[in-house]
Amino acid sequence: MQNGPPARGRHFRAEKFDVASFFFSGLTGLATFLILAMLAVILANIVYHGWPAFSWRFITAGTEKDMFDVNKAGVLPMILGTTARVIIMTIFVIPVGVITAIYLSEYARPGSLATRVIRGAINNLAGVPSIVFGLFGLGFFIAFVGGGLDTLFGNASPKWGKPALIWASLTLAVMTLPVVIVATEEALRAIAPGLREASLAMGATKLQTVIQIVLPQALPGILTGGILAVSRAAGEVAPILFTGAAYYMATLPKSLSDQFMDLGYHVFVLSTQSPDIERTRPILYATVLVLLLLTFALNLVAILVRARVRRRMRAAH
Amino acid sequence: MTPTNLVPKLQAKDMQPSLSIEEQTRHTPLIDLQGLSLWYGESQALKDISFFIRERLVTAFIGPSGCGKSTLIRCLNRMNDLIDEVNIEGKITIHGHNIYGDDVDVIELRKRVGMVFQKSNPFPKSIYENIAYGLRLHGVKARSDLDSIIEQSLRGAALWDEVKDRLHESALGLSGGQQQRLCIARAIAIKPEIILMDEPASALDPIATAKIEDLILDLKKEFTIVIVTHNMQQAARISDYTAFFYLGELIEYDPTAKIFTNPAKKQTEDYVTGRFG
Repeated sequence: MQNGPPARGRHFRAEKFDVASFFFSGLTGLATFLILAMLAVILANIVYHGWPAFSWRFITAGTEKDMFDVNKAGVLPMILGTTARVIIMTIFVIPVGVITAIYLSEYARPGSLATRVIRGAINNLAGVPSIVFGLFGLGFFIAFVGGGLDTLFGNASPKWGKPALIWASLTLAVMTLPVVIVATEEALRAIAPGLREASLAMGATKLQTVIQIVLPQALPGILTGGILAVSRAAGEVAPILFTGAAYYMATLPKSLSDQFMDLGYHVFVLSTQSPDIERTRPILYATVLVLLLLTFALNLVAILVRARVRRRMRAAH
Repeated sequence: MTPTNLVPKLQAKDMQPSLSIEEQTRHTPLIDLQGLSLWYGESQALKDISFFIRERLVTAFIGPSGCGKSTLIRCLNRMNDLIDEVNIEGKITIHGHNIYGDDVDVIELRKRVGMVFQKSNPFPKSIYENIAYGLRLHGVKARSDLDSIIEQSLRGAALWDEVKDRLHESALGLSGGQQQRLCIARAIAIKPEIILMDEPASALDPIATAKIEDLILDLKKEFTIVIVTHNMQQAARISDYTAFFYLGELIEYDPTAKIFTNPAKKQTEDYVTGRFG
């Protein structure tokens, strides 16, 4: 056997300084830093300006005394309104999204016309501006569905055919549907085909296989979809503008057909409708801070649930 | 290039036919394939295959990759139904009943024709639940029934002693060989008549393989076993009948002892002696 060519130099270090590598790794580092810096600036700005007005009273009081006064205004109705619409949205979007994903991944023939049309529709849905969803909600849910319900029940004054918590939640559910579908499909795809075969070969029906073998495996992925949907929906204002958010309400919403006050919309109200913008600014920032914290809290709940499911799956009963 | 025999020619002593050829022929035919052809879209994977498989014997399907042996074994419990664009002609009868007939309940068929796959695929559940799953599907609900059948099945699959203290732990914590035996236990729990095995030991080490082979020899007292294997010695060791396939055709089907020592066709001889494939 011949020896190979002798190693050049004693170390494996490149002899020449690699300019291109240095430049590009520097660039990626800079991009990362810029994103972190922007986030830090935004958060710092909000906390700095909002902290003085942020108090226990602020998050537990309503707006009945004075909406624009630092010492009197509170945001409890908005916290409850936003939380309610996000939870109701989740209740609708998860089942519909999961069932759609199951259809696409387990039942539909890949590449068939119907599958391509559905996939195209989902992708388009994801690209629609959120204000369009707001208009859609107004036209479809309020005018068509709500109006239809009123006619059906013979209501003299509109009960359902007006902006309401349920319509705002449904509009948001339609908007976040693609997120849940894509995340669930991703999770279903990751499941080894061998598991489905094993179940079917034992004489399970397709439905039994999906419910008892496939879905439990996909649960963490489905919850990830839920987390993404909640994050997206919590801060959205445009879709609820015409479908349920109220400028001011003296009382908390009591039914799904009531309107509600919303944190995001309230930020808009505070920044555009205040008679004295200087005096309102601290509450404006504090409201934004509350919105951020609420979004964080809703996410945290979903993340904790997912962590629990994952732990339980690892232990396998 | 001169062909070299990588695999030494098998001698009669390598085989342990538990039964003589005369005894084998006394077993009645159970599965009867008549003119079976199968197409994946345009390409034909099986060409006019006709033979019968005798009950309570081990029948091995051998042949080079792509010869159609896995496709054929998956016809026997209609697993090919799951693939789009598969067209099948001909008949497969079990007890004289055409399993591709219109009146066949595929669920019932798969209950009677169990399957063990190449890659062990236990469910990500406990050992107990892996077996209980199939039992519950077929109506066994009472805890005491489940307990006793699960124990029987695990004993039947020679796994009981290794797992009896950890039945409620995840099946994914078992070794590859144990997982495969769990898959066998899962299959026999629902009391099929026929067990199909698609290269059940190809991913296992020699010791785990030997255990599976012993198990197969044990199981044939009760079950009819059809096994696909790439391992010639394995086919010789465990099977009573061997079918050799090449390019979608059944080249030769005979008692294993004859296939390996005195094949009728040149192609078969070349394959079992390792000259091609």
